[in-house]
Amino acid sequence: MIPEIGRFCLYLALGLALVQTAAGLIGPLRASSRLNSLSQSAAFGQFLFVGLAFAILVRLFATSDFSVMVVAANSHTTKPLFYKIAATWGHHEGSMLLWVLVLAVFGAAIAYFGRNMPETLRARVLGVQGLIGVFFLLFIIFTSNPFVRLFPVPLEGEGFNPLLQDPGIVSHPPMLYLGYVGFSTAFSFAVAALIEGPAGGLWVRYARPWILAAWISLTIGITLGSLWAYSVLGWGGFWFWDPVENASLMPWLLGTALVHSALVVERRFSLERWTLLLSILTFTMSLLGTFVVRSGILTSVHAFAVDPARGTFILIILILATGGGLALYGLRAPGLPSGRVFGLFSREGSLVLNNILLVTITGTVFLGTFYPLFIELTGKDKISVGVPYYALTFVPLAVPLLAAMVIGPLLLWRRDSLKGWVTRIGPGLFAAFAVLILTGAATHGRNLLLALWLGLATWLITGAGLILVRRARIGQAPFADSVRLVKALPMATWGAIIAHLGIGLLVCGLGGATTAKEEGVALLAPGQSTPFIGRELRMKDISSGKGPNFDYVRASIDAVSPGGDVVHLAPERRFYPERQSETTKASVRETPLGNLYVALGDQVPDGRWTVRFYSHPLAIWIWLGGFVMALGGILALVGNRTQSGPRAGDSAVEVRAQGRGVPEGEAAV
Amino acid sequence: MKLSRGAMLATSLAPVGVFGVLAAVLYFGLQQDPSTLPSVLIGKPTPSFALGPVREGDRGFSQDDIRGKVVLVNVWGSWCGACKMEHPYLMELAAGGAPIYGIDWKDDPADGARTLKMLGDPYVKVGNDQAGRLALDLGVTGAPETFVIDRTGRIRYKQVGPITPEVWQGKLAPMIAQLERGQ
Repeated sequence: MIPEIGRFCLYLALGLALVQTAAGLIGPLRASSRLNSLSQSAAFGQFLFVGLAFAILVRLFATSDFSVMVVAANSHTTKPLFYKIAATWGHHEGSMLLWVLVLAVFGAAIAYFGRNMPETLRARVLGVQGLIGVFFLLFIIFTSNPFVRLFPVPLEGEGFNPLLQDPGIVSHPPMLYLGYVGFSTAFSFAVAALIEGPAGGLWVRYARPWILAAWISLTIGITLGSLWAYSVLGWGGFWFWDPVENASLMPWLLGTALVHSALVVERRFSLERWTLLLSILTFTMSLLGTFVVRSGILTSVHAFAVDPARGTFILIILILATGGGLALYGLRAPGLPSGRVFGLFSREGSLVLNNILLVTITGTVFLGTFYPLFIELTGKDKISVGVPYYALTFVPLAVPLLAAMVIGPLLLWRRDSLKGWVTRIGPGLFAAFAVLILTGAATHGRNLLLALWLGLATWLITGAGLILVRRARIGQAPFADSVRLVKALPMATWGAIIAHLGIGLLVCGLGGATTAKEEGVALLAPGQSTPFIGRELRMKDISSGKGPNFDYVRASIDAVSPGGDVVHLAPERRFYPERQSETTKASVRETPLGNLYVALGDQVPDGRWTVRFYSHPLAIWIWLGGFVMALGGILALVGNRTQSGPRAGDSAVEVRAQGRGVPEGEAAV
Repeated sequence: MKLSRGAMLATSLAPVGVFGVLAAVLYFGLQQDPSTLPSVLIGKPTPSFALGPVREGDRGFSQDDIRGKVVLVNVWGSWCGACKMEHPYLMELAAGGAPIYGIDWKDDPADGARTLKMLGDPYVKVGNDQAGRLALDLGVTGAPETFVIDRTGRIRYKQVGPITPEVWQGKLAPMIAQLERGQ
């Protein structure tokens, strides 16, 4: 009975999504406040019923109700409850329901928090958001219904994927989806604004918090995924350029461009057309990612069960949404007013450069991802797509972007002079070159790549600090004034500083972990030891035992440094009898300077064990950098919320009417 | 720079045109299942090849090594993440006696050798295809890919993506058993 209630909830949600769409799109045309507010109520209703359906699916998994097909196929009674619940979204049907739930959460949140928005804009945004919901609810109901029954009812489930029995499954997919699907709001706002006609970029001010929220979630989601891969896969990789990873990276790159271009629209009333286009494209990347994962069109380690009907359905959604959005853009954009003129050497100019580079990078990732598909069409093989491809294309584009990241926030809006800028940027250049030379000297010139990476990281980190120096006029104004300025600094500016700092930390981690890593392998029996980068790795013993649904073998290894410090490591291999498969649980000692990573391999016939060990200098900063970036986004979001409202709105309109610039001290980056 | 209204409209409609092309490519791509070999290669003999070594002090891998045997030929590279995920299972299969041969694709032999030293070496023979010539002739579109080759040296199947227990038990193992029975 309970699965049938779940199914019924989906039908009700579909009905309400239709009401939300119709009321939201027709209301503003008829100038009907009743229809406009109906779309709000329908958004709450859609959220309620999708949420209910999701809660029911969670319950079915928690109670191992094998009369439901997806539970029987993806769960098992021996799994700990924690992972039974996480299995709700560990397969195609459940994860699509999570997708739609996130969509409905954003819809309801816009209906609730958007009360200060112009009524017609809000109704249209909800209308478009509702329409996306209609498509995806139809998709679930027709091709991926999670509430389909199974008869006869099996006594035991078909199990699970042991790789997914990790705490990562609980946090990574939901965060990722919050980001991915959150960009639907960018699309909805852009399309609503295009329907509404010229409004001087007003839509951006209301859209920006949602875009930021999606960006923050996606940043955290990708970082968690990378951390998960690092700890579970047993060889210390943190990014694979796998099609599915790229599918999450592309919306992130465009979303990052969007966060910046939206800033120009909001503060300088330029780039509105471009921002509309970018909003549509960002969500297109989210849809494309969903398409890639669900259709099986590209082979990936993340693949779900493949069904061509699902691929076709999502392709139709993609064509309707993106095709429709872009066509509307094509017809409406020429009618939008041109933005303000600005010099190339200005804050706007640098943000345009930021956007051009980010879009180009997205293009190369896109090409790399879909390359196998293009080969099939042209029948020729010229380059292989893997790390070599991305090293050749991604890096040459990312480096100028990172270099320019420091320059942009220190430029004035509208136009700037080279001379003034050089004095502002000087300390950053000095610090970067100092670190470059010091690292080069410390490694005796043997690892120049590391020196370049760390120089770049220093440039970014000092650059973030220089924003603060400049805003607070540190060194220029009396100290007390600087303190006062620091205290008065808007939250959004802190957000920019922290987010840029995060990128610097990330680059630092990437540099260390990719250019200075060391690896070794040894066959060890208890009591034996082997040297590794100046330490002595000693295997104390091997023990075995039972987990909730697996057997494990655990090695106890001490890493002894020359100074006598002992680090204890305990890598494991787990065997899951239900699936006849093994997983590796690496043991990692994380310190700010670097990680010592030990994985247990096979036992060889003479009884010794293969032990692999890796040193990943600075690796921890890859993930800390990601989280710091997200923290910057959160600060910007908080700043945005406290600043918005009637007062900020009035001043923006007033500023535009008088054609003045925005006071420098207030400018967020 | 002032554009005429017509030119403006054309410019702003360009994105939807580009997207149309992409949608066509995706639609076309969806019609073909990337996990199956293009039918032209099934039953065709493997191109003749002699690959240089990956392991130190080794002869490499040539077509003579697999003559008269039913084998799996696995295309991998030290740069390939999915190959590393596939690797432990290949080790397991090799320990069970599966005849796995390797093509180290678009890779520096030194990098390839290091990977095998670190993760273990599941291959009976392994050769380096740095230029990607053999892979090109085999129609390789990405790594990992694994070919099933029969006694007469003909390609019988191509597995795109990692070999998993499901793929092995469901497809490859029965196929090898059947080919070895001489059908």
